Amino acid sequence: MTEPRITVYTPESSLASPGVMIRDMFRDLAAGRELAWRLAVRDTSAQYRQAYLGILWAFIMPLTNTVTWVFLSQAGIVTVGDTALPYPAYVFSGTILWSILMDALNSPLAQTNGARAMLAKLNFPREALLLAGIYKVLFNAAIKVSLLIAALLLFGINPGFGLLWFPVGILSLILVGTAIGLLITPVGMLYTDVGRVLSLLMQFLMYLTPVVFPMPKEGWPAMLFQINPLTPLILTSRDWLTGLSPVYLDYFLVVNGAAFLLLFVVWVAYRLAMPILIERMSA
Amino acid sequence: MSDTLIRVEGVSKKFCRSLKNSLWYGLQDLGQELRGHRHGGQGELRSDEFWAVHDISFELKRGECLGLIGRNGAGKTTLLRMLNGLIKPDQGRIEIRGRIAALIALGAGFNPILTGRENIYVNASLLGLSKHEIARLIDDIIEFSEIDEFIDSPVQNYSSGMQVRLGFAVATALRPDVLLLDEILAVGDSAFRAKCFNRIQDTITDCAVIFVSHSMPQVTRISDQLLLMNKGRRLASGPDLGEIIARYNSLTAEEAYTARSEGSHKATIESVSLCDSLSNEVTELSHGDPFAILLNTHLPKTIQHSDPRILITIADQDDSPVAQISDRIDVQDGIERYALYLHFESTPFNAGRYSITANLLLGPRGELAHRLPRCVGFTVRHTFVGYAPILLRPSHYSVRPLA
Repeated sequence: MTEPRITVYTPESSLASPGVMIRDMFRDLAAGRELAWRLAVRDTSAQYRQAYLGILWAFIMPLTNTVTWVFLSQAGIVTVGDTALPYPAYVFSGTILWSILMDALNSPLAQTNGARAMLAKLNFPREALLLAGIYKVLFNAAIKVSLLIAALLLFGINPGFGLLWFPVGILSLILVGTAIGLLITPVGMLYTDVGRVLSLLMQFLMYLTPVVFPMPKEGWPAMLFQINPLTPLILTSRDWLTGLSPVYLDYFLVVNGAAFLLLFVVWVAYRLAMPILIERMSA
Repeated sequence: MSDTLIRVEGVSKKFCRSLKNSLWYGLQDLGQELRGHRHGGQGELRSDEFWAVHDISFELKRGECLGLIGRNGAGKTTLLRMLNGLIKPDQGRIEIRGRIAALIALGAGFNPILTGRENIYVNASLLGLSKHEIARLIDDIIEFSEIDEFIDSPVQNYSSGMQVRLGFAVATALRPDVLLLDEILAVGDSAFRAKCFNRIQDTITDCAVIFVSHSMPQVTRISDQLLLMNKGRRLASGPDLGEIIARYNSLTAEEAYTARSEGSHKATIESVSLCDSLSNEVTELSHGDPFAILLNTHLPKTIQHSDPRILITIADQDDSPVAQISDRIDVQDGIERYALYLHFESTPFNAGRYSITANLLLGPRGELAHRLPRCVGFTVRHTFVGYAPILLRPSHYSVRPLA
């Protein structure tokens, strides 16, 4: 008979025994896989079943954004620099990629918020919530990307071999989004301001990333765009998708490496924060 | 093999009264935790904080059942949440061996979006069972819970009774080492409760159970020790069930009984009191003791020929009537005030709290002249705590072998 598992609860912080904590983290991640899958499937089918427009909602925002910006540019209201791609294709691909990033960013807080009732009563691996969120983001991303590729083919743009690398770009967007989203989740659960401030910030940030605007060549805008860590993610993914060779590849790798580290750190913070959040949440 | 499965040592938990402060303290605690400091500081209370649980210790071995009782707000659910790992203690230590299954605060531990079947699989896999083991158990679970065709429907559509049935079926079928049951029998019907008790008897040899309930008969039926909590502290604990329940009853007996008075007031009841055999007013009786009820009434001349009657009802703590006494009042001309004395040979009631309501009725249709609802409360003490309000003892009992 195997040695029974001994669980100990004390006021001590888990950081005091890091080896145990890390082992528990990965064990919970593995244990929560099945729950995460079932939750993701349930949520997604519920979401699309109840909406008449169904799957259309996945890309209605990027579509409207594209139409707006193409109109603004063509009408001469806004002067936009030259892009390697036809402008509508540029904007559409940019907004779709950005929306995938935003999905991943909002997911941890939304998932944890949505599970308040469960968290207060059930002891289950919290990682299952985050994993379910990632599954949902992946599903939505798949729909968006299919539409995107179809649209690009319509424009006569052939992705070529870059398409094999493109999933890496998507995964990196999800990685960075999840890391940042998870960073703000603990405080965001206590104070609702945080979620809203983040939305505002990201709206603003979109215009400092080559999503609808091409990279500026000179001056302080160029510098802002350069130091924005989201820039290489969007640019590289778009380059792979459209058959161009990516220019900022080393920057891309650096950002991803940093994101991995950040993700690990915020994952630890999330685990430590959970019991504290649960007792403060009214559920 | 008797081993200690639950060990709780000096556990305390503090909460904050105001929401704003609570959130702010949450932020502070978060900062402390991330810096690696211990939770709860050195045991001091910040402004607006109070101890929801204070210095609780006990041990439980396999095969034992602890009954956790106390008034609402005593800290029972908070203690269970700490045992289940949902919140961290601020002081003390909790050690649990083996797998834990918990039904806390009427939540059966289910995800409302998933169906019953999916939840069974998920709960079982969270407890460490493989797919084969789950497949073997699932039919037994569905059968015990009597959910049948709703098993593939989302749990949020289940009534609370169905949720508890399924939750209980799952928790016990998965053979946990520790079972935490928080007021789960409050929503079941009597058939379900009977099944539950039987199932608990079956599984108790393999696990340690903590059972929270407000129903004293239920608690005494399956617990072999009790822990009475009040305002977060241990008030009494141990295997002496009758004594601890009497203390619990005396806690709740301090509620003010109503001084309400209803009726047409054509005639009135001036006072009601409960006395022992020596005519001393008492609030506590022992089962089997003689007792008396005294009433002083005022019956004006105008209604004296309207056949005045007294109706006394005795109700239990849930306000269900358990006994009534009806008698006519024989009046003499010219006298308006009467003292009524009703003597009883033996207190027939089981241990518990009861209240007396006195009614004065007039006329053939029983017009209500005066009612004093729940004007007197009393507690009955007994070493045995039973289900029914009345404990009958046969005057003659014999056992005769049949050939």
